Amino acid sequence: MLGTGILQGLIVTAKNFVGSFHDPARYTTLEYPEVKPALPEAYRNFPFLVCDNATDPMGTLRCVACQICEKECPPQCIYIEKSRDKKPDATGKLQIYPAVFAIDTSVCMSCQICVEVCPFDAIKMDQVFEIATTDRYAALLLDRGQLTKPNAYFHTIHPTEAAEVDARLTADRQAAEEKARAAALAKAKTPAASPAPAAPVAKRDQTLESAP
Amino acid sequence: MNASPFTNPSTGAHVRSVRSDLPGDLMEVSMGPHHPSTHGVFRMIVTLDGETIVRLKPVFGYLHRNHEKLAENTSYLGSMPYTDRLDYLNSMTNNWAYARAVEQLAGIAVPERAEYVRVILAELTRLLNHTCLAGFLMQDCGCSGTPLMYAFREREKILDLFESLSGSRMMCNYQRFGGCRVDPSADWLARARQLVEEYGPFLDEFEALLTGNEILLARTQGVGRLSAALAINAGVTGPMLRATGVNHDLRKVDGYGVYPRFQFRIPLGEHGDVYDRYMIRILEMRESLAILRQAFAGLPAGPIMNPAAKLRGFRPKVGEAYGRIEGPKGEIGFHLVSDGGPNPWRYHVRAPSFINLTILEDLCLGHTVADAVIILGSIDIVLGEVDR
Repeated sequence: MLGTGILQGLIVTAKNFVGSFHDPARYTTLEYPEVKPALPEAYRNFPFLVCDNATDPMGTLRCVACQICEKECPPQCIYIEKSRDKKPDATGKLQIYPAVFAIDTSVCMSCQICVEVCPFDAIKMDQVFEIATTDRYAALLLDRGQLTKPNAYFHTIHPTEAAEVDARLTADRQAAEEKARAAALAKAKTPAASPAPAAPVAKRDQTLESAP
Repeated sequence: MNASPFTNPSTGAHVRSVRSDLPGDLMEVSMGPHHPSTHGVFRMIVTLDGETIVRLKPVFGYLHRNHEKLAENTSYLGSMPYTDRLDYLNSMTNNWAYARAVEQLAGIAVPERAEYVRVILAELTRLLNHTCLAGFLMQDCGCSGTPLMYAFREREKILDLFESLSGSRMMCNYQRFGGCRVDPSADWLARARQLVEEYGPFLDEFEALLTGNEILLARTQGVGRLSAALAINAGVTGPMLRATGVNHDLRKVDGYGVYPRFQFRIPLGEHGDVYDRYMIRILEMRESLAILRQAFAGLPAGPIMNPAAKLRGFRPKVGEAYGRIEGPKGEIGFHLVSDGGPNPWRYHVRAPSFINLTILEDLCLGHTVADAVIILGSIDIVLGEVDR
């Protein structure tokens, strides 16, 4: 009969209308500014730089200004200037550090490629999304100070990934210490031998980096 | 109805002019680029005789952003996030097509678990795309709001899944050459499985709302009829082609990935009109649910990424490759030519939206402007992919 299809559709909409008052599964709207969304752990928007110690963020920056992220960034939103001097990093080894590290968030497309290519676990994705500003230019260009956040913060936003990173870094540090100790021991045994080589820079993502 | 000088012999569509010996002034109307029915910034220069379309000239390029040239100037990896932005509803399948092209170019094997995960994500994307299309098509028909909101409610659930897996709702950037970026957790798989179980009842509800609706039947049946011959000649692929009755689905034809392991049918249309195109999508969603159930059941353990695949400093050897998959809109393919450098020498996208759009004039001739809107809606275009 003509019209039954329309009636059937009206029954569906009526069910949805009534259901939207009774069934919590049908509450689809989040009252946003009052109720904050629960972000999934994997959520990403803009990158930040990780430092190990919150009291001395610039001194314990993991970034060694290798500029890999700057080269790999598809929209070219990262700008790095290497330092001329060296500072000790978290393990006490002297490293170059970024004298200038700026990310233009008006260009960044949140693709996470900088995070994936970073061999030092120095850059990670942040979850702060309330970053609207009235300034189109300067406020969107984040400098080193604005980008740096402590490792503890990284643990709060990506706990699983942060735990993995910490375990990997500790293992690398132990391996480096082990190697340094072995070298020192060898040196003590044969005093005439050449001086112990410096601990090599830990290469973390072997699987990604090495060409078999 | 008199014979008209504007009859199109190739499609058989004719203009319903009242008196062919006294043709009135034709009127040229520019629909778009800001018209909401054009799904973005698309413009149709429509020549009207009364309210009947006698000529239609599509104008596109308003969203052109140099995708192919950009890709030729960035690394192979750097183009992956840009492919998300081609057809922004289906970033997972775009990623897959591009990853397949590069994997063919460089000869990278993909672990079995990654292939299964890719199938799961591609079929979820198909659900998402077809649901959205059905919603938008109803919006174009003038059914303002309700079906679109129902469709978006379900789409949101799939986007939540994508977000918790890849970190982003639409710009997933998830596939990598030789696998996928992160391994889906057991919790994620359980949520996806639950979504698939709930999707069948949603489709039933959606069909109860729409499929038998007399207004929808009147608006869509016999409108925008596409013949199989024209579809094949124009290179139309995907649900558009299958709605004309041509059995061509790359999941069966190429049997790429692990698709040959799954039992599923290819729904075919008969008339090639707007209604068939709508129904094909609904039926394809049901087949997608069947594929998803099998993929969840057969998902093997193992690595998600080929450990030999390099992320940085990737230089495939000299050669060329064309990787294609059956995207929700049709055959999405990437043609890459490598000169051994870090970026492709030539990078070409075979965009299904663009090629399916080329027959728009043939479909619209003889119909009214209101019909042109739903014909365009049934073609299923995303301007990000058309203009690139």
